[in-house]
Amino acid sequence: MTAMIDIDNAQKSFVMHLQGGIELPVVRGVSFQVEPGECVVLSGPSGAGKSSILKMIFGHYRCDSGRVGIRHEGAQIDLARAEPRQILSVRRSTIGYVSQFLRAVPRVATVDVVAEPLIVNGVARAEAREKSGQLLRRLNIPERLWALPPSTFSGGEQQRVNIARGFISDLPILLLDEPTASLDAANRAVVVELIDQKKRQGVAMVAIVHDDEIRQEIADRIVDVTSFAAAA
Amino acid sequence: MVENLEKHQGHGDQPLLIAEGLGKSYGHLTACRDVSFELYPGEVLAIVGESGSGKSTLLQLLSAQLASSAGSVSYRMRDGVMRDLASLGEAERRFLFRTDWGYVHQDPAMGLRMAVSAGANVGERLMAVGWNHYGRIRDTASSWLERVEIDIGRIDDAPRTYSGGMRQRLQIARNLVTEPRLVFMDEPTGGLDVSVQARLLDLMRNLVSELGLAAIVVTHDLAVARLLSHRVMVMKGGRVIESGLTDQVLDDPCEPYTQLLVSSILPA
Repeated sequence: MTAMIDIDNAQKSFVMHLQGGIELPVVRGVSFQVEPGECVVLSGPSGAGKSSILKMIFGHYRCDSGRVGIRHEGAQIDLARAEPRQILSVRRSTIGYVSQFLRAVPRVATVDVVAEPLIVNGVARAEAREKSGQLLRRLNIPERLWALPPSTFSGGEQQRVNIARGFISDLPILLLDEPTASLDAANRAVVVELIDQKKRQGVAMVAIVHDDEIRQEIADRIVDVTSFAAAA
Repeated sequence: MVENLEKHQGHGDQPLLIAEGLGKSYGHLTACRDVSFELYPGEVLAIVGESGSGKSTLLQLLSAQLASSAGSVSYRMRDGVMRDLASLGEAERRFLFRTDWGYVHQDPAMGLRMAVSAGANVGERLMAVGWNHYGRIRDTASSWLERVEIDIGRIDDAPRTYSGGMRQRLQIARNLVTEPRLVFMDEPTGGLDVSVQARLLDLMRNLVSELGLAAIVVTHDLAVARLLSHRVMVMKGGRVIESGLTDQVLDDPCEPYTQLLVSSILPA
């Protein structure tokens, strides 16, 4: 079995206790696989559960049932049933996640926000910052901003910092939630290039992209999440 | 930096602390019950809950400062042997506190000697583990004061003369100088001004990460949990009602009480 991701019949709903216990089904029967070097794009209308599926793969959302198979350090594990420390290990060395909106720890300089995934894995701070700078430059974040925390940056700049942080390590799985949403044409092209590079390195990717043109350029396969819609 | 990873990779595959069915009652009053978890080296666990939830009692049980009414807590000593804390003699317990453990109190005055200089507060911890070279003790104490961002010029001043934030940073230095593997923290930023809290949290975050520390942090403040911890346990009425990775529990809260807690935070 070579698939990096193998989701089988995963299901998620929210129970809103503060609103009288309303149950909000999100998705059910989610099943698909992603091979190394492949980019699967999740399509579907806003609110269909695309981001939720990415969060289930990352272990950010817990699944009600089903299996989230991940190839981690040579073995298949089920993230839906993994211990917290296993999920932490998976996030450190196997799955990277570029969320839709940057959520950075406050008061940390941009160059360090981006360098952190490398530092956490034992790379020396100086080398990590060097790589961080290279990526930031490629994503057109000017050097005069590197020492500043990204909280005051524009939406597009924050998104580029987010992308840099997600792309800096050599993780075999990448989850991308609207990576090009707030970007201009030049920066969209840079991101597409970065995605291509990762593909050639054999990284398995799942992405959410609304822009048809970008989708054409990066998708090897499209999975329509409306087929996983849970009953209202 | 790489040494720190290796430091906690030595026993990295084995739990550092195991609580099993831990509970404490005072007559009819049950302060906490049925607490079970494993803590691994380098992991930070936050215990969150409101006043009266049992979290402070739990911290006292975990740090062998209170005897349990039920269950057990075991700790993996530096030689790799798992010891039931209840089986430790008084001398062994004190030894743990001097070397392998740190305990940061909410009120720094409880974790410092207020009338003795800052340098002595840090230095005496080294002396308690056998250091006797004055020059080296003073150098180590100085470098720790710098590390917690206390002006070196204040090394000979007593913490009585320090601000709240400085006292807390000194308490942290005093605890970390012996290179503990596990640090207990009880509301470490409670009572401090918001900006002082922020600076302290940043410091703690960096130190914990640099030193590969395991920590158990009791806090009522979810923002502290989010900033510092990998995992969180939510307590209510003496029980752990929800636990998981910090981002899971705070962004995908399942239990009614957790949802209430999370919805009560003011957005940044």
